Amino acid sequence: MLEEPIRVIGDGAKLPDRAVPEGLSDKDLVEMYRWLVLLRAFDERAVTLQRQGRIGTYALYWGEEGTQAGALYACDDVDWVFPSYRQNAIGLLRGVPAATVLAWWRGYGGVHGFWDPREHRVGPICVPIATHLPHAVGLAWAAKIRNDPIASLSWFGDGATSEGDFHEAMNFAAVLKIPTVFFCVNNQWAISTPISKQMATDNIAIKATAYGMPGVRVDGFDPIACWKVTKDALDRARGGDGPTLIEAHCYRLRAHGTADDPRLYRDESVTEKWVHLEPVGRMAGFLGRLGVLDDGQRESIEQEAKAAIAAAVKEMEAIDQPGQDILFQHVYASGRPWTFEEGLRELSAVERRPEVKPVAPPGPAVDEAGSDDA
Amino acid sequence: MVDALNKGLHQAMAADDRVVVLGEDVAKTGGVFRVTAGLLDAFGEDRVVDTPLAEAGIVGSAIGMAIYGLRPVVEIQFDVFVYPGFEQIVVHAARYAWRTKGEVPASIVIRIPYGGGVRAPELHSDSPEALFCHVPGLKVVCPTTPRDARDMMLAAIADPDPVIFMEPKRIYRAGRQEVGDEMPFPIGNGSVPSDVLTKARIARDGSDLAIISYGATVPLCIEAADRLEPDRGIQAKVVDLRSLYPLDVDAITAAASGCGRALVVHEAPRTAGLGAEISSLIHERVMLDLEAPVGRVTGFDVPFPQFANEDDYLPSVDRIAAGAGKVLDF
Repeated sequence: MLEEPIRVIGDGAKLPDRAVPEGLSDKDLVEMYRWLVLLRAFDERAVTLQRQGRIGTYALYWGEEGTQAGALYACDDVDWVFPSYRQNAIGLLRGVPAATVLAWWRGYGGVHGFWDPREHRVGPICVPIATHLPHAVGLAWAAKIRNDPIASLSWFGDGATSEGDFHEAMNFAAVLKIPTVFFCVNNQWAISTPISKQMATDNIAIKATAYGMPGVRVDGFDPIACWKVTKDALDRARGGDGPTLIEAHCYRLRAHGTADDPRLYRDESVTEKWVHLEPVGRMAGFLGRLGVLDDGQRESIEQEAKAAIAAAVKEMEAIDQPGQDILFQHVYASGRPWTFEEGLRELSAVERRPEVKPVAPPGPAVDEAGSDDA
Repeated sequence: MVDALNKGLHQAMAADDRVVVLGEDVAKTGGVFRVTAGLLDAFGEDRVVDTPLAEAGIVGSAIGMAIYGLRPVVEIQFDVFVYPGFEQIVVHAARYAWRTKGEVPASIVIRIPYGGGVRAPELHSDSPEALFCHVPGLKVVCPTTPRDARDMMLAAIADPDPVIFMEPKRIYRAGRQEVGDEMPFPIGNGSVPSDVLTKARIARDGSDLAIISYGATVPLCIEAADRLEPDRGIQAKVVDLRSLYPLDVDAITAAASGCGRALVVHEAPRTAGLGAEISSLIHERVMLDLEAPVGRVTGFDVPFPQFANEDDYLPSVDRIAAGAGKVLDF
């Protein structure tokens, strides 16, 4: 029988609360909540910006904040994390400016939309599915060769487990005992494809067995449980015992992206049954029951997060559309090949088209005046 | 050439402790072509690694190592085996510098023994270089002489950008050349001897016809040129490209315009091959200096044949001489 995922936070009703795991102080819990709220504020604002035509298509993560904040909170500062596009804003928790991530979705590159991974120990947003997993493996492998006590962690979805790169990365990591953590956010949907059409197993953690590493299932809507299993996996990795596969079991509560309409392919009444488990409200309720977070603190954390994102929006919108030279910047670290100068000459010989605006795909209109610009 | 490449790898690993070698069967056996022989004993199993059999995993983890600051040299056992790693090369290795404001290029060398003529089974003889030349962010190079092989290997390892290092396996053990033990230039200190990777070489001098090629067909072009001299009284220049991306456009156009006639030779299929690009460059830039359109002698637009017919597929000295004749008689 399928084991229940590991869980700490109850739902305030049927599911009981469990003890806060060792290693998390009250201060940690509030800080983790702050992270959750910041991620939530970014995600909600990004969706609004897309609806207003101020950024392009956006891949949202509403409801998955616990898999991100919980796992990252378990990492040491020197550990590296490799996000997929679903964790696009994870860098905010490691000092990547929110304006940079918004600019990425606004279609800006170069210094506006990219960051230096070495500065934050956060890989770039990975668009092709599962292809960043071997990078997390290689990075931790390099650290191991250098005897540096550094681990890595990669996030990916249930659909990613069908890709060859998932298999190759898992196998490399297990064979070579690489200190890395594979964090699978099983939200049960890959755009319109349900997990039942993605794999013939009823859970993902079981796949670890075939590679020779432990697989654990955790409630992906429970940030504290996500922290706990990640912490254990990282301790194991740093102890020289190799990788762990974590399956964070949850449900995709919103669309895959702003261009997606789940009503076309799934029964949204099922989705409704999961919503009460979403991590931000659930964590707030838990911390309230523990007596470490009152309404006043909660309110001020929310306001702080919204203000930070609002400031980032202003910063992003103050960026002028990059010049044509940006096409040729940073393609080669060793300098520009002669073909680039030819390209620039060709461009400069004709008038430039007017500024490119993000094109909003069909979707519910949002009144610009009603947005939270403050 | 195998010994020269091996020497280059030894020298690079000794000079720069960030250099690691990984691939299938590269450590214990020293690679199926023995290019990495002796590295395991000299540098240990941390730096010379037999990996599981998975090219996306090999290239992908090499990229991860490069992000951390190592300088991995990857062996792809045979040309065709690079295809499972193609996505990692195209979407990540080639774009990592661009995606990180130039701060974190994927500084890796991907060695690919390539091409036919060694009587190998199916799918061991492709020439996929044009696929990589078409991917912005990569450098693609191909040595022809042992000394170039060693020097270009050292330069490729020193280069911050990802380098696809095409090794013409048909001439792995052809042609001997003294390759000294001293380093031709320092590596590991940030300086990049880029000319070694970007400039073409004049393999045979001449003034009547420029034959432009790279890899295993260069010696054949020289042989054809040697034959043209007594047969037709023609002095053919042979240009060994060395760099396939970026192309040494100055050397190419200078040779074509100086001779007034040019022929491009490669064993990869013709359509959208390097010959098309080179011919186009010459016509765009020095058409008025030409006495004839640029000719091409190449492989055909067919799957590389089973080896009983590979000599029919590969450009031979006869076909090169015939191709030269067409350009000369135009």
